[in-house]
Amino acid sequence: MSTKKSVKKATKKPVKKAVKRPVKKTVRKTAAAPAPKRAAAKSVPVASNAEFMAHAYAMEAEAAERYAEFADSMEVHNNLEVAELFRKLARIEQIHADQILDQMGWKHSPLSSVNVRWEGMEGPETADPTELHYLMQPYHALQIALLNEKRARDFFANLAKVTKDPGVRKGALEMEEDEAEHVRLIEEWLKRTPKPDANWHADQDPPVLSD
Amino acid sequence: MSKPKEKTKESISIAITGSGGAGVMTAGTLLLEVAAQAGWYGLMVRSSGPQIRGGEAAALMRFSKSPVECLDDRFDVLIGIDWQNIHRFADEIPLDATSVMIGDPDQSEPPEVFVKRGAHYAPLPFKQMAKSLPGSWPNMIALGVAAGLAGLPVDSIKAVLQKSLKKGGGEKMAANIAAAEAGYAFAEGVPSVPRLSGKLAAGKEARWLITGNQAAGYGAVRGGVRFCAAYPITPATEVLEWLAPALPKIGGALVQAEDELASINMIVGSSYGGVPSVTATAGPGLSLMTEAIGLAVAAEVPIVVIDVMRGGPSTGIPAKSEQSDVNIAVNGLHGDAPRIVVAPNSIADCVSATQWAVYLAEAMQSPAIVLSDQYFGQTRAVVDPPADIGLVTERLKPAAGENGYLRYAITKSGISPMAIPGNPGTAYTADGLEHNERGLPSSQSGDHIKQLDKRAKKLDQFDYGARWADIEGEGDLAVVTFGSCTGAAREALARAAADGIKGRLVSLRLLAPSRPAQMAKALAGAKRVLVVEQNHTGQLYRYLRAEYDLPGTTRSFRHPGPLPMRPDEIHQQITEWSRS
Amino acid sequence: MSSPAAAAPITAQAFKSDYKPIWCPGCGDYSVLSSFTKAFAKLQLLPQDVAVVSGIGCSSRIPAYTTCYGFHGVHGRSLAAAAGLKLARPDLTVVVASGDGDGYSIGGNHFLHACRRNVDLTYVVMDNHVYGMTKGQPSPTTEPDWDSKLSPGGTGLRTFNPLVIALAAGANFVARAFAGDPNGTADLIAEAISTPGFSFVEILSPCITFRPEQREWKQMVRPAAVTYTNDAARAARRIMTDDGMNIGVLYKGERKPYQPPIGKGKKNPSDLETEFAL
Repeated sequence: MSTKKSVKKATKKPVKKAVKRPVKKTVRKTAAAPAPKRAAAKSVPVASNAEFMAHAYAMEAEAAERYAEFADSMEVHNNLEVAELFRKLARIEQIHADQILDQMGWKHSPLSSVNVRWEGMEGPETADPTELHYLMQPYHALQIALLNEKRARDFFANLAKVTKDPGVRKGALEMEEDEAEHVRLIEEWLKRTPKPDANWHADQDPPVLSD
Repeated sequence: MSKPKEKTKESISIAITGSGGAGVMTAGTLLLEVAAQAGWYGLMVRSSGPQIRGGEAAALMRFSKSPVECLDDRFDVLIGIDWQNIHRFADEIPLDATSVMIGDPDQSEPPEVFVKRGAHYAPLPFKQMAKSLPGSWPNMIALGVAAGLAGLPVDSIKAVLQKSLKKGGGEKMAANIAAAEAGYAFAEGVPSVPRLSGKLAAGKEARWLITGNQAAGYGAVRGGVRFCAAYPITPATEVLEWLAPALPKIGGALVQAEDELASINMIVGSSYGGVPSVTATAGPGLSLMTEAIGLAVAAEVPIVVIDVMRGGPSTGIPAKSEQSDVNIAVNGLHGDAPRIVVAPNSIADCVSATQWAVYLAEAMQSPAIVLSDQYFGQTRAVVDPPADIGLVTERLKPAAGENGYLRYAITKSGISPMAIPGNPGTAYTADGLEHNERGLPSSQSGDHIKQLDKRAKKLDQFDYGARWADIEGEGDLAVVTFGSCTGAAREALARAAADGIKGRLVSLRLLAPSRPAQMAKALAGAKRVLVVEQNHTGQLYRYLRAEYDLPGTTRSFRHPGPLPMRPDEIHQQITEWSRS
Repeated sequence: MSSPAAAAPITAQAFKSDYKPIWCPGCGDYSVLSSFTKAFAKLQLLPQDVAVVSGIGCSSRIPAYTTCYGFHGVHGRSLAAAAGLKLARPDLTVVVASGDGDGYSIGGNHFLHACRRNVDLTYVVMDNHVYGMTKGQPSPTTEPDWDSKLSPGGTGLRTFNPLVIALAAGANFVARAFAGDPNGTADLIAEAISTPGFSFVEILSPCITFRPEQREWKQMVRPAAVTYTNDAARAARRIMTDDGMNIGVLYKGERKPYQPPIGKGKKNPSDLETEFAL
């Protein structure tokens, strides 16, 4: 995990040599396909437990906000079932975030969300917006959630491994356990959720002209 | 032509012509100042070839002891400093056997087309005479001749030249005053031109020398305009050039845009920001601007667009006048887009009508188009200062932090408070997309109808007062016209009245929205309605037939530019129709 | 890290309106919207002091999704409207949102002259190499061989390089951002707003409906390897030789913004009459 200053550091050393790939013209048919490896889980130690908790809060809050945006978007596009699911996920993440505030006795986080920076582009639990599809089904949404919970779990696990601060390690291990529990819960949930047909994305009508 | 001699006693018409370098416009402007100095009224219409430099030019002038609103049917005097291509002005400078023609015999004989009309020719070697007075210019001799023939006092010439040549230094001033005096002396030997009748008007000190373009610019700032985005175009550029130094003095600014699309959108932006804004253009620019004027209709942003009409279609005749933008002004936006169209009907009215347009635009949060034309815009005239219209320009605004602010709320008047950026709690998005009362995009029929009704209602229900038209006289016959045809129509009706034919004048200042009830009142009892305009298809006539129930029988009298509408041709129409 | 005792600052959330975007689920513009709100919060601006101006297209829907004053004008003319607004109201923060069709095609001339004029505006272009609102036609930044109904087999035209054009025309700040990096993009927008003069931020913002292959962009972008320069020629060379995937501030100049004085002159209109009086 990095502080806000690390962004500058990151801009100075290219993460990896990206090669311009040949552009694929095929329409992608699966929502929630495995996301690419993200740099988010690569963590650096944070200095104190308060700093750790502020970042943990930011991570949960960012995740909650993103799910809420997904819910809104699905609602606008008349996919109410998935909207409801994302709304639920947003609530769950927000509860986690609020628990951190309670635990620390904070009214609001000392770290303004606009100043939080991750080593990757977004937080370790924040869903990738390009994975959405207007016809996606709860199964897809849960796959997205599962991926995020796994990323969060790995993130805390890694942090616990590398931190030198015993308070931070303790907190990270607790968080890792929480996230691992979420992974199990979502896996259970997925088992109860019907798998989409091969043609789940089919739409006989073309896109609509707007402006 | 009817009794020209008798009528022209009330006014004298003089044309000074020559090719580039002759200083025709300078001589004309100075002559106007001399006339003003002597307590006369007058105007000078400019006509020129298409060349930027060196082209043939004509200063067409008319003087009187009472205000002059149009050119006469003929000219008493034609002065050719030279005759290079001056025959091209033959239609614009009608002469007859009583006219006097002055030209330089060392250069060429007068053009055949003028000689044929039987005018008296008095040769004057301008160049040679100027040479004999080192440092003088031939056009100053022309100035002297013109002043002499018009019967202006020689002292007035001196006074004007002393003032205007101050910068040139003493020697030049002396030589040119001498040249003007030589011209003045020459005039004494030429058959006399009728002298002006009537008495000098009182209060000559208070009068203005102004062009219609300057007047429109001044009217805009009088109305409260403090921002202008400008793209040059003939013949509107002088509006912008007048505003450029004027606006900063009164806390405003002018910016030159990259094109008319930018200038119109810039003023929609600046006015959205709360600053009353204007731009000026001509037909081609107005065509480009129509999309954004429609935006101002939909988003309800007040703006004023001054269109100084010129010959069309397309690039047309850029430096000459024509009233052919009526169609685009009243109808030229896509969708059902009510807008305000105001037309000044004299040069002085370019001030008042433009001020009124700003007032109307701001009061109704709507675009207003001011239809001026080249005849007004580039004509310099001595006028009585137009009084302030006494209406305070004000935009309806919400209070800070107004609860549940609805930018496009449906109100009784159709006008809803417009929040200005910076006002807390009332942020909204101004939108060219159809929207609901809050301003959010909506394609629902209910919202569309509500907003269409709102925008139509606010213009329709507004109290325009008596200013919507100038209504004069009475009688069975009514002449309905607008803009620069008004002066000629008024004069034609006066001539008809002298013949015993009664008629009334309705000069529309408000072209859109139409005022059916007021028009019915203005035309009550009329049996014949003659619609006079300067374009090819009768754009005003067709518009009136579409919008109004005109009483009795109607007739369209029209011709396209660049020839101005003259009193005599309208007089003939009135006489003919009254006898039939 | 700020102290917990400090008063609650304005959050990004305060800049989000209750009006929900109509963009396709998965569209990059959602993230750009969030970057806008984060940038405003980062600068601690007040919603009433910010105006978001736009033209027509997917990207141009942004104003109403914020709690700022918004202006959604006609196609291609957002920069003109914004310049008018800023020149008349220099006290406002004016941010312009556009897309590659709105900004580079129909609005191309205004782009050039906005760079030249250097009014203190921030111009954000969401570039997805396609016209989305009219169902997928090629824009000036679309690859020449991209097949579409309107241009079967591709346009065959070389792509427009907006960043180099901006430099050549005189923009004072040039940056490239990626929608998938909302925090980094927010930083770039905030820096663009803070830099006086005309600031141009080109954001690669994927269109998953008509250009689903743009989902790959997240693996392709990278921070620019070197820090920005104030030498326009050097910046132009770098931009022309990179692969279009370098993210960050690429150029920052020191030109003085264009702003004619407004509100300074204290004369009354009637004082101007002296020039007409005889």
